[in-house]
Amino acid sequence: MMPPMDAVMTEAGFQERSQTGNNKQPTPPARLPWMDAFFKNLTRFFAFIVFSILAAILISLIYHSQLTLSKFGFGFLFVDEWDPVKEEFGALVPIYGTLVSSAIAMIIGIPVSFGIALFLTELSPNWLKRPLGTAIEMLAAIPSIIYGMWGLFVFAPLFSQYVQPLLIKTFGPLPIFGPLFKGPAMGIGMLTAGIILAVMVIPFITAVMRDVFELVPAMFKESAYGLGATTWEVVWSVVLPYTKIGVVGGIMLGLGRALGETMAVTFVIGNSHRLSASLLAPGNSIASSLANEFTEAVGELHSSALIELGLILFLITTIVLALSKLLLLRLAMNEGKQS
Amino acid sequence: MASAISPDNPIYRRRRVVNAILLFVSGLTLLFGLFWLTWILVTLFYEGFNALAPSLFTQNTPPPGSNGGLLNAIAGSLMMAVTGTLIGTPVGILAGTYLAEYGRRGWLAPATRFINDILLSAPSIVIGLFVYSVYVSQVNHFSGWGGALALSLIVIPVVVRTTDDMLKLVPDSLREAAVALGAPSWKMVVFISYRAAKAGIITGILLAVARISGETAPLLFTALNNQFWSLNMNAPMANLPVVIFQFAMSPYEDWHRLAWGGAILITLSVLALNIIARALFRR
Repeated sequence: MMPPMDAVMTEAGFQERSQTGNNKQPTPPARLPWMDAFFKNLTRFFAFIVFSILAAILISLIYHSQLTLSKFGFGFLFVDEWDPVKEEFGALVPIYGTLVSSAIAMIIGIPVSFGIALFLTELSPNWLKRPLGTAIEMLAAIPSIIYGMWGLFVFAPLFSQYVQPLLIKTFGPLPIFGPLFKGPAMGIGMLTAGIILAVMVIPFITAVMRDVFELVPAMFKESAYGLGATTWEVVWSVVLPYTKIGVVGGIMLGLGRALGETMAVTFVIGNSHRLSASLLAPGNSIASSLANEFTEAVGELHSSALIELGLILFLITTIVLALSKLLLLRLAMNEGKQS
Repeated sequence: MASAISPDNPIYRRRRVVNAILLFVSGLTLLFGLFWLTWILVTLFYEGFNALAPSLFTQNTPPPGSNGGLLNAIAGSLMMAVTGTLIGTPVGILAGTYLAEYGRRGWLAPATRFINDILLSAPSIVIGLFVYSVYVSQVNHFSGWGGALALSLIVIPVVVRTTDDMLKLVPDSLREAAVALGAPSWKMVVFISYRAAKAGIITGILLAVARISGETAPLLFTALNNQFWSLNMNAPMANLPVVIFQFAMSPYEDWHRLAWGGAILITLSVLALNIIARALFRR
């Protein structure tokens, strides 16, 4: 708002009169009254851009997969055919591969992350906490393509030579689990992808678990110790119940990461569009089909089918990550209520 | 009567044994994590240093069966990472500023924070797909700009998150002091809040750069690759991650060696950025 005209005049006139003879007149700091509104709206504008990225991705993916959305409908999710030549597309195999490889990653990753978080919060001497914690965090810093390359050249050959024959021999003949461990030991496949994914999500789940374990008031733990509880009993009956929402949130975060992981999986999953019960057989995940086929897709229907795969992946991960975030927010709110 | 926690009490002894076993297992899980880290780094360093040679930095990527280096890929990676950071950082810092400084009331800030956290972990291949459909497929050719755009979309959530967190750490008394001295609110943000949170914000930018220097998936559909020397951002552009992907998947021994060389370059730069960021933040 402009000050009244005469006020400005008098002020200027006053300054002119009082400062005559003094030519080192200090310039008053520029107020720039428009700058406040400008800066605030500028930041608001960019916040709004970030806010709309998610919706923009969703809309563009839906728009570009119209062709297959209208041609196959919901049937797309349940068909295991993927034939670019005959233009028959179904997402069952990649969806199955994504879910199974992530499930393996979770089965290995959750207990290991819990163990590491437990060690770092309750057992480790203080001077070891930082270096050990940093080392585990470094697992998250290694780019996923390095995991993939290492998995293909180093891990898979050793795995097929030493571990897989053992798995086939011990579990193969079993009645229920048997079919999961049948077939030749090829090194690459669903199980290899799951193991490497497990290593990749461990740092993320561990970080959240450590954070929420630190939230437990010392008084709770001390009371339990005072009653004669062992460390394990304190963790299992005091720490874990207190933080369970946050722990589930951390697991969801890891799951979201595992579902969308691309390069590491692409290297070792085997890239085969055949549905197989065996975990040792090569398979495919949504992300790896995209990485392998998208640039070579011929025909609009093939690209559209791949974009729809991307849409499915984006929807699944967004829901999982939103759930994780909501759980962690709820823990933070309970925390606020109690203190 | 034996005390409940005397060593003679069988129930207590069993609890102690269970405790010891489970804590031992917890130590083992830590070793399990460290085991993979060491294994990966040791093989990477062994294979990588074997592949390191001056020719890596002086020659372009070769056709199958001949010698070459990674010069064009290194240049392309640098250009796209720099451009991506230059696009993403201002957007991220300004959006983060709104969240921490202006968004204390209203719906936009909490909603953006929520969505930003989802974007932070969103699959990067979908980001590539998005940039492909809104940019690359419209201009009808793969390009360095597309790659930079995709990378900037990965930079943004990281920078927003750290800027927001770091500005929230600045005590309100500093802001109030600035306003009490007559500073308009934009000056308060720029000269007080930013200055107080500088180290943290720079840490966030470094972490974002570390994150994008290894990203492969979003570049596959945007920058693609280029076998030749090219600094044209409007044409397909070579970059280390995609070259590693193609060379590692190929059947040629020479290409595998180059892929290991690229892998060690990427890992070293990512680890260095992480360490610098940590050191900066701790200070």
